[in-house]
Amino acid sequence: MLILTLIVVAFVVGIVVYLIIKGSGAINWEFLTSKPSAGMREGGIFPAILGTLCLIIGTFLFSLPIGVLAAIYLNEYASKNRFTRIIRLSIVNMSGVPSVVYGLFGMGFFVIMLNFGRSILAGSLTLALLILPVIITATEEALKTVPDSYRHASLALGATRWQTIVKVVLPPALPGIITGSVIGIGRAAGETAPIMFTVAAFSQPNLPDSVFSQVMALPYHLYVLATQLTDTPEDMQWGTALVLIFAISGTAIRTKFRLMRKD
Amino acid sequence: MSRLKIRLKKIKSFLIYRFVFFNGIISIIVLALILAFLIANSFRFFTAYPILDFLTGQKWSPTVLEEFGFLPLLTGSLLVTLGAIVIAVPLGVGSAIYIGELAPRAVREILKPIIEVLATIPSVVIGFIGIKILAPVIKELFGLSIGLTALTGSVMLAFMSLPTIISISEDAVNAVPNRYRYASIAMGATKWETTLGVVVPSASSGMMAAVMLGLGRIVGETMTVLMITGNSPRMVFSWLQPVRTITATIAAEMGETVQGGIHYSVLFAIGLILFIITFIINFISDRFINRIRES
Repeated sequence: MLILTLIVVAFVVGIVVYLIIKGSGAINWEFLTSKPSAGMREGGIFPAILGTLCLIIGTFLFSLPIGVLAAIYLNEYASKNRFTRIIRLSIVNMSGVPSVVYGLFGMGFFVIMLNFGRSILAGSLTLALLILPVIITATEEALKTVPDSYRHASLALGATRWQTIVKVVLPPALPGIITGSVIGIGRAAGETAPIMFTVAAFSQPNLPDSVFSQVMALPYHLYVLATQLTDTPEDMQWGTALVLIFAISGTAIRTKFRLMRKD
Repeated sequence: MSRLKIRLKKIKSFLIYRFVFFNGIISIIVLALILAFLIANSFRFFTAYPILDFLTGQKWSPTVLEEFGFLPLLTGSLLVTLGAIVIAVPLGVGSAIYIGELAPRAVREILKPIIEVLATIPSVVIGFIGIKILAPVIKELFGLSIGLTALTGSVMLAFMSLPTIISISEDAVNAVPNRYRYASIAMGATKWETTLGVVVPSASSGMMAAVMLGLGRIVGETMTVLMITGNSPRMVFSWLQPVRTITATIAAEMGETVQGGIHYSVLFAIGLILFIITFIINFISDRFINRIRES
């Protein structure tokens, strides 16, 4: 059993250490702040960093309100019946839908049917759907930690149900909601399959000027560098991978740590 | 308060309720939309191409021969998935037993965050590592001409499914009541005998749920397999050959299809099959999880 565990640990530590060793050589100010040039064989990855940032913001804006309201419905309004069980089952199933299927749906629905084109808007909406289950579940967990006595006290003072939720239940649950959402959105930012056909550009050195712009994104850029182009410098590939893992895993771990310290 | 004010208040709270309710059922709406979309878009393919040829066809050549045989993709997915599960189950369940049952507290506190790190690594990075490190090793080890094979995909996917399998199996191990352990030790069983003879059987339902959820992740994973299984939609039955899974086919070909064409439509059709497969897997794992909650 110990040996099996050590294999897993060695795999994780090996990947992280190897990425740092191979990638850190490529990372400098210029790599992070300049545009790719010479057919993406030189220059930096700034447009991809900025594109991923745009997608994170868009995903946050769409998924947070809907996810939080969905959790409020489940925890504060819904009664325990068959219908609520169906909702819960569909949340579980939603989280099990492969990300490439979200990509297909996003392309068919947002890009083509709603005519958003390949854009930040279409990509953010697709990613927002992908992480809704994470946000709903995290918010519900946070709402559950608020004791019922708070609700009863507020209602007894004559507040309506909605006032109680907004002014009494949500504030103490907020840190939990934010933590869960950040972890969820971090996952979304690292996804490639859902953005391949909804937003990600092979090469788009121009910076986005509206929500209908197509942008480059870090995960897709790594995919392109590693598999779609020949003889891209090894340095650039490892550097991009390191920036990606630092941004995604780094954020997730920092958030988790903050949460753990609070407990 | 006038009656009008009370009425307005009632209407307001009713509207708020409706609004919250609408958000509450968003998961049902999205799932229904996805399903409707997959069916609507694959309709063209199913009317234009004989379904039997699709399901039993052994050749996937969408652009050159316009042949859409599903079997090569299915065998590709099956090979990769089967290999991944064979690797992941012993590693995952073994690690969970060690972390949950045998490891001292301090060691556990170090191991758990390390495994959580694995869960946060994006699949494209795992694929990248697969290309750079694992593929050359497999090529050397088996004397192949190319290291991008079904086995390469299986190994990387196995590790990707481990965080899910380990964390849920560990929960299952922790959920076994201590009185079982005390009873076993009081009967003279050793720690080992207690672990294997009492704890593991009691936790087996949870471990099944864990493996099913891991399986769901493996079947649906796209980028890693797209990058490291060789991208070859040919029907093979060896782990040392390049293959192409269902997911990778969608990702690889969607960009080059003509919108509304039959090739476009068939990708939605295999997306539909994928959706149904993962739906069933999730349904089964949900059953296992509910069984644990009830007991």
